[in-house]
Amino acid sequence: MLALLFDPLFRLPLITGVLIALSLPLIGALLMLREEWLAAFGLAHLAAASALLGLAIGIPAVLGGLLGAVAGGAFKFLTQARGNLVYGFMVLLGWSALGLIAANTTLGAALGHALIEGQLYFAGLLEVAAAALLAVITLIMLPRLMPALIRARLFPTHELANRLPRHRWHLRFDLLAALAMAIGTATIGLMGAFALVLVPAWIAFRVAPGWRWTLALCALCGCGGYLLAYLLALRLDQPFGPLLVAVLLGFAALAAAVPCARRPL
Amino acid sequence: MTPALLRVEELVAGYGKPVVGPVSLTLEPGEVVGLWGANGSGKSTLLNAIAEQADILSGRIRRAPALTLAYQAQHPVRLATLPLTGAEFLRYADASSTGMPAALQRGLRRRIDRLSGGEYQLLCVWAALAGHAELVLLDEPTNNLDPERETLLVEMLAPGRAAPGVAVRATRARRAVLVVSHTRAFLERVCSRVIEITGC
Repeated sequence: MLALLFDPLFRLPLITGVLIALSLPLIGALLMLREEWLAAFGLAHLAAASALLGLAIGIPAVLGGLLGAVAGGAFKFLTQARGNLVYGFMVLLGWSALGLIAANTTLGAALGHALIEGQLYFAGLLEVAAAALLAVITLIMLPRLMPALIRARLFPTHELANRLPRHRWHLRFDLLAALAMAIGTATIGLMGAFALVLVPAWIAFRVAPGWRWTLALCALCGCGGYLLAYLLALRLDQPFGPLLVAVLLGFAALAAAVPCARRPL
Repeated sequence: MTPALLRVEELVAGYGKPVVGPVSLTLEPGEVVGLWGANGSGKSTLLNAIAEQADILSGRIRRAPALTLAYQAQHPVRLATLPLTGAEFLRYADASSTGMPAALQRGLRRRIDRLSGGEYQLLCVWAALAGHAELVLLDEPTNNLDPERETLLVEMLAPGRAAPGVAVRATRARRAVLVVSHTRAFLERVCSRVIEITGC
């Protein structure tokens, strides 16, 4: 079964997926910190719709998706919307546009459906390059963004009280999240990308003893879940996206069984 | 003569309409000053105005140049689930644990979402006091504290507590604290002077 991992035919999809499975859960931890985990779902829907629109006019899905997601992230920042409400509207807008574009172009509903489930096995050099770019940007930006985002969450009055410029961190993170969801959606699909953002972070927030462990667990769950789903999908000839979500939900069920210490009164 | 860290001159503050004032006060380096008053007298609004969280309707607030400020709100942000240890919390607050009371140190390795309300309150106050801020604003820091922990808080507010490094020691010698409380007895234990606040 492990030989499948080293099959040249599947090498590019495998590398693409690993890079994405490492990046998305780390971004998910920060979205969970900001209580904006629905961001992933909203941005993924916008990315899917704009990827499909891009394909209709001859632009690769990964680039088309990027435009939609970044536009969503920028809109959220410019309107200073916070919390999950704005992402709820993004989900509705993206879903509606996805269905209408699929129905009114020559691409048809099948391709729209493929974007929801993912096109990982069709990943080529462009997708690998996009995933590598995401991983590098994530590794460079997160160590700088994370302390600022944690401080902004725990001490929301600090910047204003000290007359420091506000929101510069928020814009950078919003754009990073948009980039991640666009690349994730265009390769492993809308639901797979959303699950990679939400589930490992949820598990880590539940069981990790501290923040470093949270990040480690996010990366481990994301990467481990991805590799397991990848192997099972090939071995059992199952669709990858739904299997990835199922594997991650299995991890979540295991984590839910771990008893957690309660807050004393 | 050492310049004042903060001068509040004939300040009237509120949220669109006046809540407190006119108030005048001066805070010198090293002072611990209490603001006392009945519920609704505008003590918290005054702190909010100093921290730029409330409207200044008349009068003015003058800060020392490049004054750094730590503001501990009446209800510190507390997420239901947050896997951050007490030590990590202090690190992100840019504060040191050197000199921290032993009873508080027990929380450094635990997740902050699993600390009791009193433990978390004291950790937040410590984070404000043990950082680099020259002016610390504490709004009702005795919230959630039993008598034993209130005594700990009094110890923490004592001058000279904790001196991790030369730079921080210098900041701390200069640091002033403005404490809001509705408990006069507590303020008299920790403050060099207490100012009574009355509403508009």
